[in-house]
Amino acid sequence: MSDEKIEPPAEPRRSFLTSMSAIVLGAVASIVPVAAGVTVLLDPLRKKETASAQVFVTRLSAVPEDGSPKKFTVEMDRVDAWATYSNTPVGAVYLRRTESGDVAALNVVCPHAGCFVGLAEDKARFGCPCHNSSFDLDGVVNDPSSPSPRDMDSLAVDVRNGDEIWVAFQNFLPGRHDKTPV
Amino acid sequence: MENLLNWLDDRTGYRSLVKNALYERIPGGARWRYVWGSTLMFAMFVQFVTGLVLWAAYSANAQGAWESVHYIQNVMYGGWMLRGIHHYMAQVTIVLLVLHLMQVLIDGAYRAPREVNFWFGLGLLGLVLGLSLTGYLLPWDQKGYWATKVATSIASMTPVVGPAMQQLMVGGAEYGHHTLTRFFALHAGALPAGIVLLIVGHVYLFRRHGITVPKKAAEKPDGWFWPEQVLKDSVASLIVMATVLALVLWNGGAHLGAPADPTEPYAAARPEWYFMFLFQWLKYFPAGWEVVGAQIIPGIAVGMIAAMPIIGKWRLGHRFNLGVAASLLLGITMLTWTAYAADQADPAFVQARAQAESIAERVSELAGSPDGIPAAGGLAMLRGDPATQGPIIFEANCSICHQYNGHDGLGGTPDDEPSASDLGGYGSREWLTGLLDPDRINTPEYFGNTEHTNGRMARFVQRGIAGFDDDQRAALRNVILAVSAEAELPSQATADEADQDAIREGRIAISSEAIDCTRCHTYADVAEGDVAPVLTGWASRQWIMGMLRNPSHPLYYGDNNDRMPAFGDEGILSEAEIGLVADWLRGDWFVPDGN
Repeated sequence: MSDEKIEPPAEPRRSFLTSMSAIVLGAVASIVPVAAGVTVLLDPLRKKETASAQVFVTRLSAVPEDGSPKKFTVEMDRVDAWATYSNTPVGAVYLRRTESGDVAALNVVCPHAGCFVGLAEDKARFGCPCHNSSFDLDGVVNDPSSPSPRDMDSLAVDVRNGDEIWVAFQNFLPGRHDKTPV
Repeated sequence: MENLLNWLDDRTGYRSLVKNALYERIPGGARWRYVWGSTLMFAMFVQFVTGLVLWAAYSANAQGAWESVHYIQNVMYGGWMLRGIHHYMAQVTIVLLVLHLMQVLIDGAYRAPREVNFWFGLGLLGLVLGLSLTGYLLPWDQKGYWATKVATSIASMTPVVGPAMQQLMVGGAEYGHHTLTRFFALHAGALPAGIVLLIVGHVYLFRRHGITVPKKAAEKPDGWFWPEQVLKDSVASLIVMATVLALVLWNGGAHLGAPADPTEPYAAARPEWYFMFLFQWLKYFPAGWEVVGAQIIPGIAVGMIAAMPIIGKWRLGHRFNLGVAASLLLGITMLTWTAYAADQADPAFVQARAQAESIAERVSELAGSPDGIPAAGGLAMLRGDPATQGPIIFEANCSICHQYNGHDGLGGTPDDEPSASDLGGYGSREWLTGLLDPDRINTPEYFGNTEHTNGRMARFVQRGIAGFDDDQRAALRNVILAVSAEAELPSQATADEADQDAIREGRIAISSEAIDCTRCHTYADVAEGDVAPVLTGWASRQWIMGMLRNPSHPLYYGDNNDRMPAFGDEGILSEAEIGLVADWLRGDWFVPDGN
């Protein structure tokens, strides 16, 4: 904490080389830990494309016959970072028998901001409890003021052996018009 | 001692440092209005101390976060208080920051030469909000999980880089272990480091420019930072601390919800109160305008605040800035109020919050059971609890036909009249007494809306039992006790024990001529009729599970099954789910002592 005036060293031309070297060498040394850190930090971007996996959800008899939707938990194997979980709940779908006699599946996650879309008490529509997105039973946005940018995400259903319902379970990025897989 | 201090000063120069720090001249003297910055410093100090100790007990992974926070909250000595202080001081900090900012704006203390310091302050506000956002997720309860999902979803809406940003925040495609490790690294590492740097810069620049003295104070004599202003700062900090303690005690510590569950709806998902205005704000932007609502307009607002020192240079600039600040504050207040009013007026939300609360309490009870929290975690523990899962499964699968004490299992009113018996109290003496009551068996409570209303059982009750003499009535009473004892209901254990003799007589009476249940039902080794459900082990766990697996099994209704699906054999319910429903119907779940 001295108040002596600090004089810059003489002969600035020679010291230019010194200062440049100091900066460059220091930067090169410092870049190593930063680069090493950033590389690991960016690791999640190096994701494998998550192919939608066909997963057995339930049997046909469990889906209400009156065409009202019912929530089913989706259980499948999941790798979460260092841990592998077998047959663990990873999400949920609404299954419903359509007028044409097929089974339709909708991912419960709201395409707006990722909340869990609920089924209205009269089971006649879906509504999101967060920002009031509203969908009809086919998952189609049914209210012009609904904040959801797209319909609920439908998932491919495959009925095997007559009554086994297999769903191509997948999550999609919220807040977008297009269905982009997560 | 004096020598030692002299030696230390000689080597370090600490005296001049202390002198510089303490003997700051305050033009116009110490004042209460100067305490806000110091209270914020105090708040940061509290957060560092409490946060560090919480860190020492916290585990940042999806199977340990909720569990470790629960342990801090409920088991560790004084843990609830520590977590409560950290939680409520975070909220008080936001209030103090806004007050501090408002004061700086009103006093015009953001103008030259203090522009950079104003930006440092805004940076600190941003970092503190970042701490709130990341801290909200760390307990990994339903509340934090769903609220943070919305936050990362908003990040993913950013044009071009959104998806990559979301992935970097979440640490992968889905929420999981790395979401917590990353949020925790931000919360306990990166953000606090930024805060320390900015505070150092903020205080350095503040000292460089000196205090902004209000006009009326300028003529008063000067004062000193130490001890006059420090005394006022200390009193203010004490008041802040007392406020936080009062909040902790009043609320019984910080809240901890049920463990995060991506498969269970959480209709009570809401951010912390100081983000509620943004939450409400998002509702007004229809499809296609989300980015405008979530990012562009808030971005413009922040930009306008940041530009205030520059705008303030113009004539009327200061007034313009004050107008902007007042409008923002008013808008935020109104949005916040609207959000809470809308929630209070929404019965679905009120119910969802009450349900979330009761599940959270139940999880806490389970964690305190002798089995404790299993290695698989709190969520697995909750999923194995009949008291909470039974009603959910019942409502989804059984309430189409059955009711439970007149409701759908979860307390809701079913749309239609029941088409099968009410299963509340199933297995109990009372339930059986009602079934065997000639006046009640054919009401909707029992066989009223089933095919059995014309069956042999109904006929037996309405014709046979109705004409019983006193001896037969006494025998029937014992039969009821005996059959109900087969259920071995936990709630009836004492009564079954007390009525041992009557139960023994009842067992004999079941196949006696007087009552003759075994004409149709199989009991023990008597199997004459075998056309109705077996009475051996009636309403026991095994019995109910068998019934749920397949009611058309010869042991149960056989060909006389009305419309009940074979929940097990048809794959509608898993074995675990069947067990949960059976346990719930029987009232067989963990109950803590004293209840």
